[in-house]
Amino acid sequence: MSDLTQESTNSSPIISISDMSKWYGTFKVLTDINLDVKLGERLVICGPSGSGKSTLIRCLNRLEAHQKGSIMIDGVELHDRMKDVDKLRTEIGMVFQSFNLFPHLTVLENLTAAPMWVRGESESEAKKTAMFYLERVKIPEQADKYPRQLSGGQQQRVAIARSLCMNPKVMLFDEPTSALDPEMVSEVLEVMTDLAETGMTMLCVTHEMGFARKVADRVIFMDEGKIIEENEPNEFFTNPQSERTKLFLSQILQH
Amino acid sequence: MYADTVIADKLVHKPHFIIGLLVAAGALFFLFNITDSFLGHVLSPVIGDPASSGLYGRFVVAFMAALLLVINIVIIGFFPRKLQILAVWMELLLLALTLGIVFNLDLAFIKSKLWFMITQGVFTTLYVSAISIVIASILAIIGAVAKLSDNGFAFAIASFYTSLFRGLPLLMQVYIIYLGLPQLGYVVDAIPAGIAALSLCYGAYMTEIFRAGIESVSRGQWEGSRAMGFKFGLTMRKIILPQAIPLIIPPTGNQFIAMLKDSSLVSVIGVWELMFLSRTLGVKTFQHIEMLMTGALIYWILTIILEAIQSRIEAHYRKQRS
Ligand SMILES: Nc1ncnc2c1ncn2[C@@H]1O[C@H](COP(=O)(O)OP(=O)(O)O)[C@@H](O)[C@H]1O
Ligand SMILES: [Mg+2]
Repeated sequence: MSDLTQESTNSSPIISISDMSKWYGTFKVLTDINLDVKLGERLVICGPSGSGKSTLIRCLNRLEAHQKGSIMIDGVELHDRMKDVDKLRTEIGMVFQSFNLFPHLTVLENLTAAPMWVRGESESEAKKTAMFYLERVKIPEQADKYPRQLSGGQQQRVAIARSLCMNPKVMLFDEPTSALDPEMVSEVLEVMTDLAETGMTMLCVTHEMGFARKVADRVIFMDEGKIIEENEPNEFFTNPQSERTKLFLSQILQH
Repeated sequence: MYADTVIADKLVHKPHFIIGLLVAAGALFFLFNITDSFLGHVLSPVIGDPASSGLYGRFVVAFMAALLLVINIVIIGFFPRKLQILAVWMELLLLALTLGIVFNLDLAFIKSKLWFMITQGVFTTLYVSAISIVIASILAIIGAVAKLSDNGFAFAIASFYTSLFRGLPLLMQVYIIYLGLPQLGYVVDAIPAGIAALSLCYGAYMTEIFRAGIESVSRGQWEGSRAMGFKFGLTMRKIILPQAIPLIIPPTGNQFIAMLKDSSLVSVIGVWELMFLSRTLGVKTFQHIEMLMTGALIYWILTIILEAIQSRIEAHYRKQRS
């Protein structure tokens, strides 16, 4: 993993956001966001509910449109006339709080769908990749089950594997463990930690501070649509700069 | 529905209900004077000749009839629920059949026509309905997707279509298609014209069913699919519709049952389906009511069969979803 990180420090950022703002109608959700992410970097984004974390990462695969500033992903600018948004999305994996697995497809079919339907891979090829990633998330034995037959933690691991099957350059996580029962959180975090060790570029919205300390290169703190503070994890937790960060940390670390 | 967890007193066993029903039914029977009935003759040892028994006989017969009714209801009230339902059904059915006896139907005549009514009438009714529901479903999918799309043309055409065909009586659509198209130079047979009218009309209604079905698939499914790089069409075909269709099938079954009866409207353009035969087979010999009653009974039986199938389909999908 260190190889990749080293190598990427010199290259241009894979994600580059500059002066980006977004409104829902007249309500300004994001204000002048500036953020560069290099290949292999792992970011944790945190902040109070409603601060715009989800909106920010949803702008990165253009599930949401921004109105001002620019977002460049791997050299491609996101804008409302872009032609190849679907191709771009195949290169950005996204993991949702609510999994969003396809309930009418088996686990294996969930994983082979995109490679076969979008990339035109053969079934055997897609299955091979799928089984490889199911092994990685440690549930190969569930391949022929339907999502509803799996626990929440297993479903989320399937969702992660599903994204990985497209061999994405970046993985976005939007509170992947928030909908899970406490005893299932760690199995998902474990998979995410393993993934980080392979050098995957990751942006994770999460309040799991243990994960942030262990895995993140940088922690971003957001409030009211702005990036308030960013720092490497140790500094961030031990020496927060702004009052709002201190308040937020005291609230979530209390328990 | 939620079943109550405590047992309430049964309404049909409450004294005020029993007395009230006795008085009401007695008054009704008295009013309609049923002295000269089967019951009246049974009671002749008490009231003498029913015809000359006067107000006394009229009262006794009405009272006894009401009493029998109340006793019957009270007894059925003691039955467990399933048996209760069966008993009430059977009694109502018997009542309906006695009405048939009142018409004094010519059973031999019915028997002579029955086979033709089934092979020609039921067959035509079923196949016109079946073809129409298939075409209507296709129109409804297209209409629903068009109504949900961003495309202004698609939305405009789809909403114009549903507005127009929901806004005209089906009977009028049948006439316009059958009589209007020839004026434009296209002569259509009665059956294709009927199928066209039924399909277009039901397609318009079912567009809303399909739209609701598609919309009830959660937003997360769209996002999950689009985020993986699936385009709109692929998402619709492979992700959304497969999840919407189990929701759409039960109400579509209901539409089919409704269509079975609405298909009777195409009898006006001379399609030899069940309604047409019910109306025409008895004309020559003035046995209208024989054929109408037979046709009615066949429609009812068909509907009962289809409803049974329908409830199995619903149960199947309910089980699948849980
Ligand atoms: N589709 C939407 N329309 C209008 N407002 C929205 C929409 N989605 C989110 N918001 C608002 O934008 C703000 C940021 O939301 P979100 O990005 O989901 O916050 P977070 O993920 O940090 O909790 C919230 O105030 C939320 O109510
Ligand atoms: Mg959120």
